[in-house]
Amino acid sequence: MTKIFETPLYPYERTKDQDAAEPVRHPVVVIGAGPIGLAAAIDLARHDVPVVILDENDKVSWGSRAICFAKRPLEILDRLGCGQEMVDMGVQWNLGKVFFGDRKVYDFNLLPEEGHHRPAFINLQQYYFEEYLVNRARVLEAEGKPINLRGGSKVTAVDAKDDGVLMTVETPDGPYRIIADWVIACDGAGSPVRSMMGLDFVGRVFEDNFLIADVVMEAGFPTERWFWFDPPFNKGQSALLHKQPDNVWRIDLQLGWDIDKEKEKKPENVIPRLKAMLGEDAKFELEWVSIYTFQCRRMEKFRHGRVIFAGDAAHQVSPFGARGANSGLQDTDNLIWKLKLVMEGKVPETLLDSYDAERVHAADENILNSSRSTDFITPKSDQSRIFRDAVLDLAEHFEFARPIVNSGRLSVPATYDGSPLNGPDVDEMPRRTRPGAPAVDAPVGNGWLLSRLGDRFQLMTIDAEAPDRIDVSGIEVERLELSAKDDPSGALAERYLGDAQAGIYLMRPDQHVAARWTKFNEAELRSAVNTATGRI
Amino acid sequence: MSELTLKANIDRPDDFYADLLAAHEGLSKAESDALNARLIFVLANQIGDREVLRQALAAAKQAMHRDPARS
Ligand SMILES: Cc1cc2nc3c(=O)[nH]c(=O)nc-3n(C[C@H](O)[C@H](O)[C@H](O)COP(=O)(O)OP(=O)(O)OC[C@H]3O[C@@H](n4cnc5c(N)ncnc54)[C@H](O)[C@@H]3O)c2cc1C
Repeated sequence: MTKIFETPLYPYERTKDQDAAEPVRHPVVVIGAGPIGLAAAIDLARHDVPVVILDENDKVSWGSRAICFAKRPLEILDRLGCGQEMVDMGVQWNLGKVFFGDRKVYDFNLLPEEGHHRPAFINLQQYYFEEYLVNRARVLEAEGKPINLRGGSKVTAVDAKDDGVLMTVETPDGPYRIIADWVIACDGAGSPVRSMMGLDFVGRVFEDNFLIADVVMEAGFPTERWFWFDPPFNKGQSALLHKQPDNVWRIDLQLGWDIDKEKEKKPENVIPRLKAMLGEDAKFELEWVSIYTFQCRRMEKFRHGRVIFAGDAAHQVSPFGARGANSGLQDTDNLIWKLKLVMEGKVPETLLDSYDAERVHAADENILNSSRSTDFITPKSDQSRIFRDAVLDLAEHFEFARPIVNSGRLSVPATYDGSPLNGPDVDEMPRRTRPGAPAVDAPVGNGWLLSRLGDRFQLMTIDAEAPDRIDVSGIEVERLELSAKDDPSGALAERYLGDAQAGIYLMRPDQHVAARWTKFNEAELRSAVNTATGRI
Repeated sequence: MSELTLKANIDRPDDFYADLLAAHEGLSKAESDALNARLIFVLANQIGDREVLRQALAAAKQAMHRDPARS
């Protein structure tokens, strides 16, 4: 059977642009059709902003790479119109086990908070994830939305000017040139666009190698996440076993620094390692094997005039904590509404600098978290190993030490504290929904709060009065009228009111909170909308 | 916010010192290092307050004796 990642999903086709005498101009060109480029293009097309996506390849991710997708990205995918497919296909799990040497030191249950539409996260192969995004793009195209996915189109030159970006695109029929008003560079960690523009990408390399293998097996292992520190089958190193759909299991084996990567990747060397872990009699088939050295780094600035970087091109993290694709989706979630307002001429171009401020802040948080996980998993000195082992030994006996064990912290969205777009806050309201925070889901009526938010500025009122619609110099703010009574479980009130009796929330198109009050005041609302759109 | 106490606070310090030595009695260097590390986490958890812990780390560092021949 041909795997989905061996099938060309968007093969090269000749376009009119190639026959034009002068380079054709497009409003937005997205470079790279990985998860982030696809999400960016889908979001633009949904808003009727014409977009061309260029990818040198014509297939989804080779092998699975990312497998854990967290709640917030799933909520973003719901807004984009393809969250359900992912959740239906994905594997959900709550139980985890931690082993140290040959002992199980403890197990944990994630016990996700009640009252959210989406689970804490799902496991799903990156190739399925990308396939569903490609499908979504195709549906939009069929509905007449302006999205044009061009495979076999490699960007080989970028000339960024003040009034547009001229690109050379290499194809099987030879090169052609196009111009874009705006470019979103989603061309991955090795970003050729970044290199062509001579931009930096600094950070830290972890001197270690990991063998990542996806194996297909009918195994008796339960749907749990198993993590080993210093297991007998991989002495002095670590290991991970995690389930994906279709009986595919992800196995990570830490190999250390001084290894011969090419040799270690050969099946005759991989299979004995896996047998030592899974048992001599285990029957499995290798789907994909790769060896990685992990890095944590980011660009100093994500916006360079008319070229805006997103996803791995802008920042790279080690995979512990699953923050790569998860945070990349939050980049485009943050960017697209801003770009659209700028393109419509409704707000100053400087609104785009808030993308930089907010997402650099988020990238730093992700880098910090994944560096710390890496430091725990692969201690860098004798003393850090002594501390690490002490925590694991204590965790076997005492509950207090378990939160210190760090085999990857769950990816959670950043709150944009200190963002220039944030407006007024109210002290007696809950901290988790303060300005800058992503909206927290809650049951309302017979649906979910998040399905009623997004894509436009909204004034969410909870047991408070406000006009149904307010126009703030061309930006329409629409009221979403709610009552604490809409949620008998009390989650809505607990998450949005706290000690307040009533609440008014100004919500951004990316479902983040911009400002909040306890009663409506038109002048304050206008000022908050102007702040949230970079007009002030 | 709490303050780290740097005044004598242990009841009968000689007894505590003897308990500490007794706990390490017969252990190899590696076992003793591991015991000390576990003890740090147990005590730190008891303190809990991050500010006090920060001050404790600073106090311990402050008292570090640098070997003049090596620095
Ligand atoms: C082993 C491993 C495990 C991981 N696990 C997780 C996880 O569990 N959860 C998670 O969220 N993340 C995880 N990640 C990270 C995740 O895979 C990446 O963050 C994600 O793929 C980034 O998406 P992207 O779209 O930014 O870049 P990419 O997926 O790298 O896509 C870049 C695209 O740009 C195209 N391109 C490149 N150059 C050009 C050019 N010159 N012209 C045209 N097109 C070009 C490429 O063909 C490619 O399609 C993992 C990564 C690894 C390696």
